[in-house]
Amino acid sequence: MNFELETASVPGDTLRRVAIDPVSRVEGHGKVTILLDEHNKVHQVRLHIVEFRGFERFIQGRPYWEVPVMVQRLCGICPVSHHLAASKALDLIVGASRVTPTADKMRRLMHYGQILQSHALHFFHLSSPDLLFGFDSEVGRRNIVGVAEKYPDIARKGILLRKYGQEVIRLTAGKRVHGTGAVPGGVNRSLTVDERKELLKDAYQMISWSRDAVRIIKELHQQNPALYDHFGTFRSSFMGMVAPDGSLDLYHGVLRARDADGRILFDQVDYQTYDRLITEEVKPWSYMKFPYFTAMGPENGWYKVGPLARVQNCDSIPTPFAEHERREFVAYAGGKPLHATLAYHWARMIEMLFAAETIKELLQDDDLSGTELMTSGERRREGVGVIEAPRGTLFHHYQVGDDDLVTMANLIVSTTNNNQAMNSAVREVAKQYLDGNEITEGLLNHIEVAIRAYDPCLSCATHALGKMPLEVTLIDAEGAELDRKFKA
Amino acid sequence: MSAVAKADGAPAQRHDGPRPGSGSEAVVPAPLLVFGWGNPSRGDDALGPLFVDAVEAMKLPAVECLTDFQLQVEHALDLRGRRRVLFVDASSTAQPPFELQPIAAARDASFTTHAVSPQSILQVFEDIEGRPAPPCWLLAIRGESWELGTPPCASAHANLRAALAAFTTWLPTPRL
Repeated sequence: MNFELETASVPGDTLRRVAIDPVSRVEGHGKVTILLDEHNKVHQVRLHIVEFRGFERFIQGRPYWEVPVMVQRLCGICPVSHHLAASKALDLIVGASRVTPTADKMRRLMHYGQILQSHALHFFHLSSPDLLFGFDSEVGRRNIVGVAEKYPDIARKGILLRKYGQEVIRLTAGKRVHGTGAVPGGVNRSLTVDERKELLKDAYQMISWSRDAVRIIKELHQQNPALYDHFGTFRSSFMGMVAPDGSLDLYHGVLRARDADGRILFDQVDYQTYDRLITEEVKPWSYMKFPYFTAMGPENGWYKVGPLARVQNCDSIPTPFAEHERREFVAYAGGKPLHATLAYHWARMIEMLFAAETIKELLQDDDLSGTELMTSGERRREGVGVIEAPRGTLFHHYQVGDDDLVTMANLIVSTTNNNQAMNSAVREVAKQYLDGNEITEGLLNHIEVAIRAYDPCLSCATHALGKMPLEVTLIDAEGAELDRKFKA
Repeated sequence: MSAVAKADGAPAQRHDGPRPGSGSEAVVPAPLLVFGWGNPSRGDDALGPLFVDAVEAMKLPAVECLTDFQLQVEHALDLRGRRRVLFVDASSTAQPPFELQPIAAARDASFTTHAVSPQSILQVFEDIEGRPAPPCWLLAIRGESWELGTPPCASAHANLRAALAAFTTWLPTPRL
């Protein structure tokens, strides 16, 4: 159904395609176009995201050993995810199909530090204002400042959780920004016992605050199921990486996907073969590709990734508190996958708790202070690295020539994997809240809330002052612009 | 520390941010904080980090330079113990070559709070700390081009030089 509506140019369809010229694409950092049919009902929604242009061009031609550092420039929000995904892909280039235990655990610690700080930022800063004050509350209150004013303890926890995650990153990556900790074949540092002790001192507090965060979002969800279960809800398949035993693992594992009813579509797939599973479709109105499971075709094969997919894709979570919360989540869903857009927040907090617990366990592992940092083997020309980044599955695929220069790079970032899903969520919201031919403040607010649930990398490219508007445009069946609203 | 991004947009070296807590309990913070942010590989978005690199190269006493990809809530903690703070960012809307003005705590309603305004950082500081933020200024350097893998354009470099010249005047007697 969604696909039919998405594909506007069917015979007899009166909907006009709206061409988006390159200039407007460059300028639109969060651009939503709502296209109406001849009955003024929502026909299609297009979420335009432009920041991913040029990633491959940025990387190709570079020496492979530069890549784990330079790819951090692709995203200011999750540079560590790119750093690690690139390193994993390039491990294979240097023949390190299995890195040392110290390298593996240092990278894991870095990754879970990233998950913790990113999820904390999203919940406490990005989504809690919407959730605590309500979607229709005064816009000026729906931000972290409003939360800090009314719920200073929550805001403070959010900031300190994020700070802690960044300290984990700083110690494992060498620097908080532009870290170099992971290199093809391993890592270039390990932790001292004192560094581990220092981090461990606060780890229990982070677990406690993460448990509090799960409780907050769980209660919000349970108190208002009519809203939380139905807002922007749509059914789809979902995909993520799991450990070989089926448990949640955000750093390494195999690919697994389920259909909308939770049935396994594929499992135990080596991600080196991802390009046999997934096709990236290009659409004329968007720079961002639309991936789908090749075997199912573009109409039925699109999927969602990220916390909501991962928490429901795995069989268990290997830390006790997070596993307890996962079971409660599954019980709430009633044994079937929960497809509610707002359930992303709940799942995200379960993952934050998982990250906090994992950090604590890793810090107690003496391998983190080991001295065997690097390994190598027979040189290869091609490698794929996959990681479950905060926003979802992240693919890095490289080919490297004999001259050590990258000859081919293909990246599927988390937001791209969620592209169709985000369009579907916004479309459902627009259908529900669009009234007449005007973009109301309420509609704008609700579109924001739907997009925020996915936490897309809308603004990960450029953060210059004055460069981050949300723009929503309403187009009628004849292609005429009915309304346009900006949110600076 | 290099003050110039590589011309092909490749990563230029920058210094790291502070240790958590370094704003107060770990060490006594420098009275003046210069905080610039942006992506050094996104054309003129590099202006903030380039400004910070240049100030750092001046080796000024009592000045701490910090940089990051983007301004975020936790940077409110970096304001602890400062006498004044200069925020520096590229701007697509500032009058060229730059705008320099004091800022006050304010709530913003950013659509995506992946990045927040410096005014909002001040507000977070005041709400979390329960006291006024130190005097803060915002230096917005005009940029034009934001493409991945491109160096800052010629006009951005000119604007940067003008901003640095103004900084040396502002430093002893901060004013508009």
